[in-house]
Amino acid sequence: MSRTYADYTHPWWRRLVVSREAVMLALLVGLVVWAVGNIVFFGTTLTMTFLLLDTAPVLLIALPMTMVIITGEIDLSVASVVGLSSVLLGDLTRSGMPIALAAVLALLAGLACGALNGYLVAYVGLPSLAVTIGTLALFRGLAVGLLGTTAVTDFPKEWTSLATSQVGSTGVPLITVPFLVLAGAFALLLHFSSFGRGVYDIGLSKQAALFSGVDVRRTVLVLFLLTGVVSAFAGVYFTLRFGSARGDNATGLELQVVAAVLLGGVSIFGGRGRLLGVVLGVLLIGTISSALRLQGVTVNVINIIIGALLIASVMSTSVLAWLPGLTRRKSPGTSPQKTPSGVGS
Amino acid sequence: MAAAIIGSLGLSACGNATDDATSGSSGSASAATKLSITFLPKNLGNPYFDTSDAGGKKAVEEFGGTYAEVGPQTGSPDAQVQYINTAAQQRTSGLVISANDPKAICDAVNQARQAGTKVVTFDSDTDPTCRDLFVNQATAEGIAKVQTDLVTKGIGDTGEIAILSASANATNQNAWIDMIKKDLAANHPNVKLVDVVYGNDDDQTSFDKTAALLQSHPNLKGIISPTTVGIAAAARYLSTSDKKGKVYLTGLGTPNSMKEFVKDGTVKDFALWNPGDLGYLAAFAAKALADGTITGKEGDKFTAGSLGEYTVGADSVVLLGDPFVFNAENIDQFNF
Repeated sequence: MSRTYADYTHPWWRRLVVSREAVMLALLVGLVVWAVGNIVFFGTTLTMTFLLLDTAPVLLIALPMTMVIITGEIDLSVASVVGLSSVLLGDLTRSGMPIALAAVLALLAGLACGALNGYLVAYVGLPSLAVTIGTLALFRGLAVGLLGTTAVTDFPKEWTSLATSQVGSTGVPLITVPFLVLAGAFALLLHFSSFGRGVYDIGLSKQAALFSGVDVRRTVLVLFLLTGVVSAFAGVYFTLRFGSARGDNATGLELQVVAAVLLGGVSIFGGRGRLLGVVLGVLLIGTISSALRLQGVTVNVINIIIGALLIASVMSTSVLAWLPGLTRRKSPGTSPQKTPSGVGS
Repeated sequence: MAAAIIGSLGLSACGNATDDATSGSSGSASAATKLSITFLPKNLGNPYFDTSDAGGKKAVEEFGGTYAEVGPQTGSPDAQVQYINTAAQQRTSGLVISANDPKAICDAVNQARQAGTKVVTFDSDTDPTCRDLFVNQATAEGIAKVQTDLVTKGIGDTGEIAILSASANATNQNAWIDMIKKDLAANHPNVKLVDVVYGNDDDQTSFDKTAALLQSHPNLKGIISPTTVGIAAAARYLSTSDKKGKVYLTGLGTPNSMKEFVKDGTVKDFALWNPGDLGYLAAFAAKALADGTITGKEGDKFTAGSLGEYTVGADSVVLLGDPFVFNAENIDQFNF
C-alpha cells in the first residue's frame, strides 16, 4: 500500500490548533478577558495605550531580531544602539541642527552600527555572541561618553507630543502605525520571499544553504543592518517619548527583546520560529506586567513570573515536539509494526 | 496578522468604556473616604529609600490612608514612567516621587495630575512645572553651616582644617565649600582652611588623599568631607592611624557606613538629613494636597503629625529643616 506525504501529517485544523501561535493567542486573549473581569482599572482604553507605548521599542526591535535569531545568530548590541541614537539625536539637536535632520543622522548611525556588527560576523567570520557583547559595550560607551551624566531635554514640543499622540481618539498610539507597516514588510520578507527562505536555510544548516545558492554573507549582513537601523528608530522614538536623551537610555532592553523572541517560539539554535508568535510574545509579556502592576505586585515578583514563563515556554517546545509522536503511537490505525525486534528472541 | 491581534486587544479594551466610567466613579468615591498614598522611589531595595518610605508609611497609617510602595529595580526614568501611569490609572490620591530624571517623567506626571492625582517630589525634584510640591531635605546653606559648626566646635574654634571633597567639578560640593569658606572668614577667624583635596568619590582615592593630607599638614586638627564616600574612607584611614582621636573628622555620611567609626571613637559626629522624617513630611504634604488643605502655593500652611507645622516656600518647596546630626547616642536607631 503506497502512502502519500499527506498521510504522515496531521489534518490542517490540528496543525493550526497545536501551533505555537494559537497557544500564544489563546493565552493572551484568556489573560486579557480574565484581567478585564478581575483587575480594577484594567478594562480601560488607557491600559492598551500605555501597553503599546511601553512595548513599542521591544516590538520594533523584535522584528529584525527574530530574523537574526532564526539564522542562528544573535545581536545583543541593540539596546546600546538605542542609547547611541538617543544621544546623537539629543546632542545634534542641542547644537542647533533641525531635529528632522538629526533624526536621519541618528538612523544612519544605527545603520553604521549594524554594518560593523554584520561585517565582523558575516565577512570576518567571528561569532555574533562575542562580537555583539563587544559592540554592546562599545556603543554604550560612546553614548555615555558623548553626553556624560547630563541629559538633553529641550526637544520641540510638537515632536515629543507626536511620539505619544494617538490615532484619532481610539487610544491606539501613533507609533503603532510605523510598527504595523514594518511588521507587514518583515512578514513579507521572512515568510513570502526567497530572502526569507534563505534566512531559514542558514539557520538549519549554513553549509547546505551555501550549496543551495543562498548568499549567506550578504543575508547575514543585511539582517544586522536591519537590526541596527530599526534599533536606531526605536531610539528616536524612546527619546521623544520621554523627552530626554541620556547615555543610559534603554539599558538592558536587549534582554527583553531576546526573551520575547524566545517566548514567541523562535529557536535559539536557529531555523525555526515565526513573526506572529514573537509579536504575541511581546504583547503577552507586556500584558502580564501591566496587569500585575495594577494589582500592586512588585517588580521583583513580576520578573520572577516572566522568567518562569520563559523557561516553561522553552521547555514546552520540546514537550510539543514529543507529544504528537506519543499520540500517534497510541492511535491503532497508524501504529507501527513492532514485531521485528521483539518477537524473535 | 499583527494588526488583527492589536485590533482585538484594542476592541476588548475599548468594549469596556462603560466599565471604565463606573469603576472610575467608584474609585474616586472610595478615595473620598480613604486617601491612597503611593511612594515611588528611584529604585527598590535601596536602604536610603527603605528608610524614607518607612517614614511615609508611618505617616499614612497615622492619618488613616492606604499606603503603597512601588518602583523599578534600577533607577531609570522610563521604568519609573510605567509606575506613574499605573498610579494614574488607579486614581491614586497622592503620589510621592523621587525623580530619576527632572524632565523625562514630566509628561506622565502631568497626565496623572490631570486625572486628579496630587504629586509631591522628595529627595530629587522634577521640573517645578510638573509637580504640586517639592519636599526639600536641606538647603545648601543649611548643609554648609552644620558642617562648619561641627568642625569649629570639634577643634575648639582654632587651628588648621582641610576638606576632602568629591570631584573637582562636583556642583553641590563646590557650592558648599564656597559657603564654608565664607562662614569661616566671617565667624571663625582663628580657623584656617589649609587645603582642599579631591577623592573623586572613589573609596581608594579618598583613602590615599586622607593619608597624604595628614602627612603634608602635620598640624591639621580637623577634616570636613562633604561626601558619603569620602567621609567613610577618611574614617577608615584615621581609625588605624596614630592620628585617631587627635584629628577631628566630620562631614556628610550615612549611619550604616559610619557606625563602626563612631563606635570606635574615630568620629564623634557627622551630619545628613533624616530620610525617615523626609518621607513622613512628604506623605503629610501629599495628604494636605489631596484633601484640599493646601494647593501648593507659597504661604500655604499644613501640619505634618509629630514634626509640627510647615509653610510652603517659593516655587512650591517645603523645607524639612536643619540637617540631622548623628552621634554615638542616636546612630543605632538608623539603618540606611
